[in-house]
Amino acid sequence: MNTTSLPSSARRDNGPAGSRAFHLTTEDHDHGGGRATLIGFWIYLMSDALIFASLFAVFGVLSHHYAGGPGPKQLFDLSLVAANTMLLLASSITFGIAMMAMEEGRTRATVVWLALTGLLGASFLCVEMHEFSELIARGATPQSSAFLSIFFTLVGTHGVHVAAGLVWMVTLLVQIGQRGLVMENQRRVMCLSMFWHFLDIVWIGVFTFVYLYGVIR
Amino acid sequence: MHEQGFTHAPLGRLTLESLPLHEPILIGTFLGVAALGLLVIAALTWFRKWGWLWREWLTSVDHKKIGIMYVVLGIIMLLRGFSDALMMRAQQAVAFGANQGYLPASHYDQIFTAHGTIMIFFVAIPLVVGLVNFVMPLQIGARDVAFPYLNNLSFWLTAAGAMLTMVSLFVGEFARTGWLSYAPLAELPYSPDTGVDYYLWSLEIAGIGTTLSAVNMVATIIKMRAPGMTLMKMPVFTWTALCSNVLAVAIFPALTAAFFLLILDRYAGTQFFTNELGGSPMMYWNMVWIWGHPEVYVLVLPAFGIYSEITSTFTGKRLFGYSSMVYATLVITILSYLVWLHHFFTMGSGASVNSFFGIATMIIAIPTGAKVFNWLFTMYRGEIRFELPMMWVVAFMLTFVVGGMTGVLLAVPAADFVLHNSLFLVAHFHNTIIGGVVFGLFAGMSYWFPKAFGFRMDEFWGKVAFWGWVIGYWVAWTPIYIVGLMGVPRRVHHLDDASLQPYFVVAALGAVIILIGILGFVMSIVMGIVRREALRDATGDPWGGRTLEWSTSSPPPAYNFAFQPVVHELDAWHDMKENGYQRPTSGFHPVHMPRNTAAGIYVAALCLVFGFSMIWYIWWLAEISAVGAVLASILHTFNYHRDYFIPKDEIALTEDERTRALAEVA
Repeated sequence: MNTTSLPSSARRDNGPAGSRAFHLTTEDHDHGGGRATLIGFWIYLMSDALIFASLFAVFGVLSHHYAGGPGPKQLFDLSLVAANTMLLLASSITFGIAMMAMEEGRTRATVVWLALTGLLGASFLCVEMHEFSELIARGATPQSSAFLSIFFTLVGTHGVHVAAGLVWMVTLLVQIGQRGLVMENQRRVMCLSMFWHFLDIVWIGVFTFVYLYGVIR
Repeated sequence: MHEQGFTHAPLGRLTLESLPLHEPILIGTFLGVAALGLLVIAALTWFRKWGWLWREWLTSVDHKKIGIMYVVLGIIMLLRGFSDALMMRAQQAVAFGANQGYLPASHYDQIFTAHGTIMIFFVAIPLVVGLVNFVMPLQIGARDVAFPYLNNLSFWLTAAGAMLTMVSLFVGEFARTGWLSYAPLAELPYSPDTGVDYYLWSLEIAGIGTTLSAVNMVATIIKMRAPGMTLMKMPVFTWTALCSNVLAVAIFPALTAAFFLLILDRYAGTQFFTNELGGSPMMYWNMVWIWGHPEVYVLVLPAFGIYSEITSTFTGKRLFGYSSMVYATLVITILSYLVWLHHFFTMGSGASVNSFFGIATMIIAIPTGAKVFNWLFTMYRGEIRFELPMMWVVAFMLTFVVGGMTGVLLAVPAADFVLHNSLFLVAHFHNTIIGGVVFGLFAGMSYWFPKAFGFRMDEFWGKVAFWGWVIGYWVAWTPIYIVGLMGVPRRVHHLDDASLQPYFVVAALGAVIILIGILGFVMSIVMGIVRREALRDATGDPWGGRTLEWSTSSPPPAYNFAFQPVVHELDAWHDMKENGYQRPTSGFHPVHMPRNTAAGIYVAALCLVFGFSMIWYIWWLAEISAVGAVLASILHTFNYHRDYFIPKDEIALTEDERTRALAEVA
């Protein structure tokens, strides 16, 4: 048995057998709490990714089921969606800058960059809602074909996630305002950052497979 | 919301007619449940136990208490699910020829749907999650799970789902669509009443709870193992818990998505699983079975872990082939994801696709068979003690292998075309779930009961439970296998051919024998409590256990271990006993622990209200409760005082008491 991998305190308090310690004599007050949060959040993100995977799979099945109605070529305004994509990608960059500011302990800069991220996210949502209302006004409603059902649901589920991220961000801004960048708040900003970048990656999938592939096909 | 047929009345479609005042069976049940509920409330008030219940249990974040609450929920729901089973068996035993039986078809359909839904989602899952919750942190030498508050919330979401299902008994009705509510039957035009909505919302709420719980357990096992406990020194039960929860994280999103899309179809008029405008009903089948088949392994893998722990404890030997057991578990975990299509070979996806899924299904029998041989070789030349948990293990091996073999039989697509939707299939999966999961859960409950409460279950009634279940199982399901092979379809409320009646009468008799088993189980707990002084175990290690949970007292203190255990070998506690470990009696430190919180119960209650108002189209209440649930969750994040220290003196007091108890035994 290789005991060198054990914490030093484990080797101190020996039983009568003399060779092995069966408990630590010091206390680890962390309980894996902080370290577990990040991996726990990763695992949650994977389960969320599987919700999107399911929706993408459904899109794969239904993407041709126009039911005699309009398809991507008639419906999508690629330049609008591309501009919107840039908004979301830019918000990932600003979040990255907020993270760097947080690393350096600059609370004000963190708050400003986070707020800017939120603004970009909110603009993304506004453009998306505008796109949705245009489609619905033209009669392309979620009820009119299976293709449109999954289009609205897939894109809308991503939008709901972004909205949830925004609510989270506002909450965090309040909490940073109250307590500053304490350890708990830093951990939360890190989780939100993972969530935000995750939504960006999902969006790249949406843009590629739903919009781009739909139009050029 | 689109408008067709949707009401905007203040109470939605909830009216006096929604109450089943014309159904004497339901009125009787309601009166019984109400009387029992009033009795419990009166008792709690009389003994002034409300505060205790709230502080010590309902708002607790202690993994042991949450585990016990899960098990209590599972046992209560087992009684409900089993009464459904008795009613079905009684109906099928009499409904031949001119006799239509005592249940109208619409009621019978609700019963078989509720039975399946409840038994899987609200009996098997809570019991498995409960045992994992209670045992796993102790086995890995941890003081709690990674996210204690989330654990409490997960439990209450599961409980909220169960309660919503129970409400359907007395307000409105439950689904009549079978336990997976296949589309297009579950779509609004074919199931316009509240049944399918009850089904969808209760499972959606409970499913989120299960997903969160699985995330929690995986993070706990990855991050919180005792120093020295490498992956290949983890107890087998913890391994199976890990695989089961990884699988749950991987599959529940598919179910959540499938139900979400069906909800959209029913509420927003989308075309996912409809028969018109491009919808694809078979996509629903695929999605629910991508969840459904691995789910079987989410349940049975921890049961395999329980059998492994018990076999090695009661033969006094190290488990035969530990690493092959681990690899078999991993292989099953992966393969279980590749077989879902065998649930609908008749879909018509072609010979190549069916062959792939048929062969993948048969291959699962290999790692499972390896496990059976591992248990047998562990027993070989061991000093087997046939105590109650070990009896369940033997019964499991004899029962489960038959279910496994009929499973391989059904995996042959050609055979499945004949047996699809027959009672043969129903007998097969009851054979594996009762013989595999349920026997394992009873084995586990009787094995860890003394750990949880400090005294054993009553042995005599435990044996009544054992023989009732084992004999009852075979009497109830052998005839069903036979009639299934003869071609009787599942889910029928009445049969014309009277020559089949004797089989169903025998099956009903079997169900009554199982009833004796269930009552015996309840009695073994009740008599255990009554005779607790005689059955008390002061050592904390009544069976001669081998893993860390047996190294602490029974019941374990809130902090589980006064000192963080250090692991050197597989079977850590056995290793400690072998090497003359002496329990430290001084030098304690304050222990850092999470604080209880009521946030979980509030959020889950709001989800329950939200589900109920969505089912009944009470839109204003749905909006209020949804916003409320989100706000309550956010409010909880403003609480930064989530932990406290148990002072050193308090720990010293608790540990001194244990020192005295141990000295008395010795």
